Amino acid sequence: MATEVTPEPTDEVLTRLQERFPGAVEAAPEPYEGLIVARDHLVDVATFLRDEMGYAYLSDVVGVDYPEEVNGLPPRFEVVYHLFRPVGGPLTLHVHADRENPVVPSLVPVFPSANFQEREAWDLVGIRFEGHPDLRRILLWDGFDGHPLRKDWHEVYYEEEKKPFGSRWPEGHPVMAESRTPLGRNLRYPPGWSPEDWRPTTDPWGYRPHDEVAEQKNPAMPVDRVVLNMGPHHPSTHGVLRLLATLEGERIQKLEPMLGFLHRCHEKIGERNTWLGNIPYTDRLDYVCSMTNNWPYVLAVEKLMGVEVPERAEYIRVIMGEFTRFLNHAVSVGFMCNDLGIYFTVMLYALEEREFILDLFEMTAGSRMMCNYMRFGGVAHDMTEEAVALARELAFERLPRFIDKVDAYLTENEIFRARTVGVGVLPPEQAVAYGCTGPLLRGSGVPYDIRRADPYSIYDEFDFEIITAPDGDVYSRYLVRLGEMRESLRILQQALNRLPDGPVMAGKKKATVKVPPGESYGRIEAPKGELGFYIVSDGSPNPYRYHIRAPSFVNLGVMGELCRGHLIADVVIILASIDITLGEVDR
Amino acid sequence: MYASLHLVKSLGITFRRFVETYVDDLRWFFKGGFGARYRPDTLPIRQSPTKSRGIFTVQYPAERLPLPERFRGFPFLIEEEGKLRCTACGTCARVCPPQCIWIVRASDPETGKPLREPAEFYIDISICMQCGFCAEFCPFDAIKMGHEIEIAAFDREKDLLLDLERLRKPLSYHAQIHPTEYAAEQEKKQARAAARARK
Repeated sequence: MATEVTPEPTDEVLTRLQERFPGAVEAAPEPYEGLIVARDHLVDVATFLRDEMGYAYLSDVVGVDYPEEVNGLPPRFEVVYHLFRPVGGPLTLHVHADRENPVVPSLVPVFPSANFQEREAWDLVGIRFEGHPDLRRILLWDGFDGHPLRKDWHEVYYEEEKKPFGSRWPEGHPVMAESRTPLGRNLRYPPGWSPEDWRPTTDPWGYRPHDEVAEQKNPAMPVDRVVLNMGPHHPSTHGVLRLLATLEGERIQKLEPMLGFLHRCHEKIGERNTWLGNIPYTDRLDYVCSMTNNWPYVLAVEKLMGVEVPERAEYIRVIMGEFTRFLNHAVSVGFMCNDLGIYFTVMLYALEEREFILDLFEMTAGSRMMCNYMRFGGVAHDMTEEAVALARELAFERLPRFIDKVDAYLTENEIFRARTVGVGVLPPEQAVAYGCTGPLLRGSGVPYDIRRADPYSIYDEFDFEIITAPDGDVYSRYLVRLGEMRESLRILQQALNRLPDGPVMAGKKKATVKVPPGESYGRIEAPKGELGFYIVSDGSPNPYRYHIRAPSFVNLGVMGELCRGHLIADVVIILASIDITLGEVDR
Repeated sequence: MYASLHLVKSLGITFRRFVETYVDDLRWFFKGGFGARYRPDTLPIRQSPTKSRGIFTVQYPAERLPLPERFRGFPFLIEEEGKLRCTACGTCARVCPPQCIWIVRASDPETGKPLREPAEFYIDISICMQCGFCAEFCPFDAIKMGHEIEIAAFDREKDLLLDLERLRKPLSYHAQIHPTEYAAEQEKKQARAAARARK
């Protein structure tokens, strides 16, 4: 069952690219990985890679600011792309841009998945993408001054560049946070900008009067075009998400998610934190499954550090990861029913199961939701015997019964089927082009699971199936989630039966870790899809660049396509079937 | 009407749970008299993954779930025999991700040399993210995560900025909430003392 993993493909790709585009591509110098592509050839190279080399999947677009010479390369702006084939590790493309006027050609025509991520790179780093259909800010608003992830950007009451701040010890006097950044004065507008004259440009049709929008009438069938704002506070959006829908009659013509209401510039915080200090912050990304948020981050850092994780720690990570997948899918199915109007019944039963899993997390890691459990080279604490006993009870007895119950009552339920079958159909080509991952992609019949395609940890030792469903509608995604819960339990049962003894940390726990210079991309199959961390180290105690490829954020990019032609009531259920967490979308 | 069968089936789940709660009440009544289901000693059974029957809810704040030993509440400083274990080395202040720990190192009033104890110690628990790094990386086992969770207060500066007096907790408190950890600590201490005696 386990697929052969292809060897490091970069050399082969480099030879073929150099044949085709002489002088446009070169290998990135140490300690960087992958290739450096000339700006002018980027679109051609990407098209060639997609069509002839099988790199059909652009997972990640990152903008990085290098104002000074770092790791031996000159000052520049850089855009880093991570491309994947159906099997194997990443192909990393670096594109350099000028310091004065950073412009890079847009990859949206080749990979639609670049749309949101290029907007994010423009918003936060200030790299302009030429040819992008809609290059607006995505997470911040118009009245925001500058691009926060540039290294020379400082907030208004700027304290220090890097943590730990020196004011805390040995002469530390407490200052309350609100007196350090007084409300009302901790805000800076762009020069010449005033909130009074502001007309939102990021929002072309959101705030216009109704008759201005409604003027275009269809002569054959006189219906008004109506703009409908759902959110940011709407019970169905699972947080603070605003959906801007243009309706023609009752059908949705265009729908656009507006993001950023929960934006806290996690990546800037991450660059100031120490390597270790970032682990608890990752918990706050997808707050439903914090265990799987720690994992790709420690994976990425471990890759750079070259640490071997002890076997017991790997098993514990798998156990925690699969329990997290189970709880995420259970809650997701529950909330989906909530959005369908089955108020709280399914959800509360799902939360009951989740309660036991959270008990297990609390017993092992010390906290229910903000677990902060994984460390570089292992996990923070060993699982006690009591915890293993509870895990066994859950994996072998309690949770299988829950899935059977859900299966028996929901799968064939006529009302459930009437609302979900044929709604929000995502064809497989579109799913891949938009960079969808997780149950959303597998619900379209694409058997892509990172646990198999690019195995991390010890997943190659377990026997499990990749669940797919062919139709690509909401019902298929539900079936995939249900099947994945069963497979998770299969993995859990194998892992608990084989759980070895031994240490759970490689070496001693250290407060300051030494991370050698370089870049690394760690990714796992999180319950919602591919969760990736791109980190750049310059050898200092803080990350130089810390970027998160959040599955919810990228999956949300296809939302507009999925909803076209559907009713508002279907939008709610389509959104629920994508399964987003706003903590991760807005970061 | 085509949906009626599954409607009835699904409503049956809720109804079954409803009836089960009363049946369970009765079972406990025959075992222990009126209201026996809601006595504190039955809580582990009601909350067990395999034995629980009927309603699952805990009637907080009338009853509370026990906190596991490793639970991370807010940090406190251990005072042993009238003296703090803390040596003001600053590890916790440096490892704290939100940087909510401030320490002033004490100095000898006569010579002015820094001493191995804190003169002042502040933790702003309104910022503390309960990650537990301070306790995890403290080289002297001086700071531990307590089990307090109900910290609602009216004034942030007065009530949530903890100073040395409020952070100080006796060793017995640590022994009470962290029994396994305390036992392991004592064992290590005895082994070390025995090794020293052998020399």
